[in-house]
Amino acid sequence: MIRPHRDHIGRPIAAVTGMGLVTSLGVGAADNWSRLTAGQSGIRRISRFPTEGLKTTIAGTVDAIPVAPYSAADLATAIAEAAGREAIVQAGIGGIRQFPGRLIVATPPSELEWPQLCALYASEDVAAPPGYHRLLAAARTRRFSEFARHVRFASISDRLQETFGTRGEPLSICTACASGATTIQLGTEAIRRGDLDAALCIGVDATVHPEGLVRFSLLSALSTKNDVPEKASKPFSKDRDGFVMAEGAGAVVIEDYDRAKARGARILAVVRGCGEKADHYHRTRSEPSGGAIIGAISKTLNDAGLAPQEIDYINAHGTSTPENDKMEYVSLKAVLGEHLAKVPISSNKSMVGHTLIAAGSVEAVFSVMTINTGTLPPTINYDNPDPDLPLDVVANVKRDASVTTVLSNSFGFGGQNVCLAMTAEPA
Amino acid sequence: MPQPRTEAWITGIGLVSSLGEGLEQHWQRLGSHASPSVAVEEVRYAPYPVHPLVPLDFSKQIPKTSDQRQMERWQRIGVYAAGLALADAGILGKPEFLDNVDLAIAAGNGERDLALDTSILESAGRSGAPGADLNRQLMAGLRPTLYLGQLSNLLAGNISIVHKATGSSRTFKGEEMAGVAALEDAVKRITSDQSDLMLAGAALNAERQDLLLNLELGGALLQGCYRPVWARGKVGGGMVPGSIGVFLVLESPRHAIARGARPYARVSTISATRSHRAPGQAASAAQELFEAIAPSIDSVHPLGVLSGVSGVEPVTHEEATFLDGLARFDLHSVVRAYGSVLGHGVEAHFISGIALAALALSKGSFFAPFQGTESEAIGEQRQVLVTAFGHWRGEALGLVEAVAAGTP
Repeated sequence: MIRPHRDHIGRPIAAVTGMGLVTSLGVGAADNWSRLTAGQSGIRRISRFPTEGLKTTIAGTVDAIPVAPYSAADLATAIAEAAGREAIVQAGIGGIRQFPGRLIVATPPSELEWPQLCALYASEDVAAPPGYHRLLAAARTRRFSEFARHVRFASISDRLQETFGTRGEPLSICTACASGATTIQLGTEAIRRGDLDAALCIGVDATVHPEGLVRFSLLSALSTKNDVPEKASKPFSKDRDGFVMAEGAGAVVIEDYDRAKARGARILAVVRGCGEKADHYHRTRSEPSGGAIIGAISKTLNDAGLAPQEIDYINAHGTSTPENDKMEYVSLKAVLGEHLAKVPISSNKSMVGHTLIAAGSVEAVFSVMTINTGTLPPTINYDNPDPDLPLDVVANVKRDASVTTVLSNSFGFGGQNVCLAMTAEPA
Repeated sequence: MPQPRTEAWITGIGLVSSLGEGLEQHWQRLGSHASPSVAVEEVRYAPYPVHPLVPLDFSKQIPKTSDQRQMERWQRIGVYAAGLALADAGILGKPEFLDNVDLAIAAGNGERDLALDTSILESAGRSGAPGADLNRQLMAGLRPTLYLGQLSNLLAGNISIVHKATGSSRTFKGEEMAGVAALEDAVKRITSDQSDLMLAGAALNAERQDLLLNLELGGALLQGCYRPVWARGKVGGGMVPGSIGVFLVLESPRHAIARGARPYARVSTISATRSHRAPGQAASAAQELFEAIAPSIDSVHPLGVLSGVSGVEPVTHEEATFLDGLARFDLHSVVRAYGSVLGHGVEAHFISGIALAALALSKGSFFAPFQGTESEAIGEQRQVLVTAFGHWRGEALGLVEAVAAGTP
């Protein structure tokens, strides 16, 4: 009997054995990686719907997997399936429709969009009472029961469970823009507890529709630099003016390390640690001292058994909003101290935009690919560095570096802060 | 499955519903001595009956009007109930505890702006085409902070802001199973020593037409007059949504004892699965879950069962089949379908059942029948099984047990 591998406090180890990606840059992790490291942008003018009257008219939409007519639920389902399938194939785990573990998925809001609301409304006689009375009368005809998939929170996870044959009750979670990282945290914790041998963790978002865009616009969160779309997202730059909304799906298969080794799987990386801390300051802003972000980073290092000096590279949350990038710097500085100046940092969002619910998943995949290839993806549009954020930003072109340990940050509205520490397979 | 390292005690409960505020009001209306009655609104949302929340002064738990303004009603209900639970556990306003409280919350989305939706549908909506008109109406009409009132995880966010509970927070989605997942997360983190102190809960504002629309698209609502859940099959079934806020403080015994807190009960098992809902599958899925629990069921005392049955068919019939099958396990069960009195709480439903289970165990007594067909309770329950058959998907069971006197 070989002695089981355990982490620094005796827990089973969670290994990444498969990954899948869909973003505005393309379909598939390899394709995404080659474009990302070439410094290409997936941000473009929105063609899905008319943008007249909107302050922001650009986004990182996923157009490569056509879903007609578009709806957030249907596009999210399609790209989550594509990413999930790629991850399972790479991991080589289970049979067809027989994934030997639980599905943990982060999905966008489940709601009716205007095309469905309008279809319901138009189906009823104008003599019917207006407003929701009329919508309800239309719903009572049972002619629109297929719309239920848009409003059932369990519908995307249900579809994915059927597609992949995952075991047990799937988990559907939301920690806003930290959600993707939370799926990986939940999977890692379950493997460490011995509850699961494997988990399929997917984060997905596909909500570039008029109301989706307007919501963030009204919160003054979006860049309005519409003229040159690929130049709009400029994390850590002095003239950054907001994030660019984007779509995507990231999938990660994580497994108990020993079981993965026993079946001959290639270990892509290890989820060495994860940590989270809630902020009490404001619904959309961080406590000015960075306390909660600092807490999340510190808890992650503690959970991983890592000293700050052991971080080789940071995959930043880096949204390109004035607030986020400043608070991310302040918090990193507080935890990493002088070491921060020596740690290269990139924001993938400079190219793929902010994939919201999916961001933590997408960026976890890019973090693992950084470890696997020794290539640091660039932060493009870094032409005018913010002097208040003295960071070693991987500026505009990729850089070669040997990376063992990546810190990946994810922060969200509602005071959500989640960090992951991913490392190369232990020697 | 690994052995738990410790137990998960319930040391605080906050519950608000159509029946009252706080545990005592619920016990007064539902306890063994009571003749349970319901509070139903049948006119305002006709043809749909709903259970409306008792009037609450939200400022008692959410003193700042600026906070209240940035929440929709479902969040105010939840933040209120969370405050009750923290106060009940004796940790409200105590930063030394609150900074370590981990949140596990079940939520859907919040309310839409019905007046704005109506005005857009009346003017531009009939064409069904998105365009400049829709864009302008949304830009001009949407309240900037409305999205914060809609986001699933902003119930958690508001609890962190208002009550300063800031260990960590996770929000689970998926209708009834969201409540199961939140509680499963909380119990596992306590019993595996990941957390000492958890706040788990959910809230539903049933008094909103947009929620009713979503449920009606799935054919899930009872129409016409209120009737108790087991009496709905003959009129096609359906749920009666109930406004509910429910929160539990879960704690490791070591942590609770150190600060002198007393448990209502302990949550010993949360197990869940998802069948594909072909006829018979939901009942047999739940039976499989029960078979795994059965060895720990005490055969001396009667088993209390709080059924989370929604009234929606055909799954209500499946649950009846499962409950009838309990007789095969050589135990005496006493069933109460609590949706008959609270209404259906969707994300909040399962956690409400766990809260009621803990309440009954702490009283050493069980609930009066919630419907004429339910049998009278006999003897003292030491264990209560809580069932969750999702109205569309998911089957789950929870087992809540009395904490032995003098433990540990």
